[in-house]
Amino acid sequence: MATISLGVGANMIDFLLYALLAGIGVAAVAGPLGCFVVWRRMAYFGDTLAHSALLGVAMGVLLNIDLGIAVTLICLLMALGLVALEQQEVLALDTLLGILSHSSLAAGLVVISLLSDVRVDLMSLLFGDLLSVTKADLMVIYLGAGVAILLLATLWKSLINITVEPELAAVEGVNVARVRTALMVITALVIAIAMKIVGVLLITALLIIPAATARRISATPESMAVIASLVAMLSVVSGLATSWYVDTPAGPSIVISATLLFCLSLNYKQKG
Amino acid sequence: MNNYLIQLKSVSKSFTDKTILQNISMTVNRGEITTLIGPNGAGKSSLARLILGLISPDSGKISRAEDLIIGYMPQKIHIDPTLPISTCRFLQLANASLEDCNKALEQVGIPDVKHTPLHKLSGGEMQRALLARAILRQPNLLILDEPVQGVDFNGQNELYELIGELRSSLNCGIVMVSHDLHLVMSATDHVICLNHHICCQGKPEQVTQDPAYLDIFGETALYNHQHNHQHNIQGKVLDADGNHQPGGGCQHD
Repeated sequence: MATISLGVGANMIDFLLYALLAGIGVAAVAGPLGCFVVWRRMAYFGDTLAHSALLGVAMGVLLNIDLGIAVTLICLLMALGLVALEQQEVLALDTLLGILSHSSLAAGLVVISLLSDVRVDLMSLLFGDLLSVTKADLMVIYLGAGVAILLLATLWKSLINITVEPELAAVEGVNVARVRTALMVITALVIAIAMKIVGVLLITALLIIPAATARRISATPESMAVIASLVAMLSVVSGLATSWYVDTPAGPSIVISATLLFCLSLNYKQKG
Repeated sequence: MNNYLIQLKSVSKSFTDKTILQNISMTVNRGEITTLIGPNGAGKSSLARLILGLISPDSGKISRAEDLIIGYMPQKIHIDPTLPISTCRFLQLANASLEDCNKALEQVGIPDVKHTPLHKLSGGEMQRALLARAILRQPNLLILDEPVQGVDFNGQNELYELIGELRSSLNCGIVMVSHDLHLVMSATDHVICLNHHICCQGKPEQVTQDPAYLDIFGETALYNHQHNHQHNIQGKVLDADGNHQPGGGCQHD
């Protein structure tokens, strides 16, 4: 009896540890990327990419390819499509994003429902399934987050420059189109890895809320990015703890933690 | 070395079948201040953006001097308050050292705001901060799009004076966009009156020394000229009777 319970205990600790590490990895990159989402008012953009991830899952199942790869590909395609569509003048961008966002979500749901021979856990796709993270998932998450952080760090100055005033940056020699496309690609990558943690419906929350919290106590773009990362990590840890002790779903618990931290931050007078 | 900084030959530009600029030929010489005036929607900013290389012409040719370095002051800049960035840091985005940034802020007369968040600058301070960033790269051509926008009247005069001083201290050419005929600074060497095409161009003329006029307008010059044609609301050329002249020439008395 004792050995069995010991075995279960070790397993429990393993999967809790994986969940924790996965959440912290995603939180690390969600901080700086979330800052750009807030500064550049890309929240709706993020939502659209996140919702299209569900379509990616459907396509992956349909074509029998790895879901992570399918999601990343669909998000990338969507991101590049959105960069191109930004130039059009037929519809206001938020209207267009609304159309794309919800139609891709709907299309994903419909295609998944048609795949009768495959059991897809819709709830875990929509709201995340942090507690089912495997060692392989963990490696993918750290690889993706690592690449995204490296790209953000390399392009940091140009990204800030085009965020402040793109035409000024262009005159000073920044290739605005390339940097903007890179940011879209990074966003797509992060959404693909964050899906496992909080699900397609809550990804933008993990990007925006820690950044908004960090804004209250930051005086430079860099400190805001770092603080946002720390806030996101704290949200992951406390959300996961809540989920463990109160038996609530992990993804939504993380978002609630982030929201509580944001409410606390309102007590501080905004810096800068 | 060419004598000109930038030369446009018969340049035209349309946006979605609306002709914004038609057959523009102009030269910006070293050390000269050129002012583009014209009503709203006349294509002044588009012309500035063509000169900057931000957009390409549909036809015509733009030649730039090989040693051309442009400093640009955009028309307006929106800083989202969610982005915490100090004025000093904003200037450093132009790949400049801290020392150069402090010097530039001193040159434009706002050394005290270097730690002030950008979104908290007043209208006048913001224009000066933009001017400081424009001069950071040691340009030989400054392009200023409505440089006194959002600045009160006394501030406008001070800003124009500052621009005149910068021209001599940097020894650079300046292209300035303005929609206000009365405020074209007296230091302007060359005025181009634009309404989709160049209506006329020439030297500004000191109109009056009348104390009453100076009271109202300060040390400003009026570019005194008359057109032999009018424009309708779309900027189409009308003859003296107000009829549209298809493809009509645009001449001046």
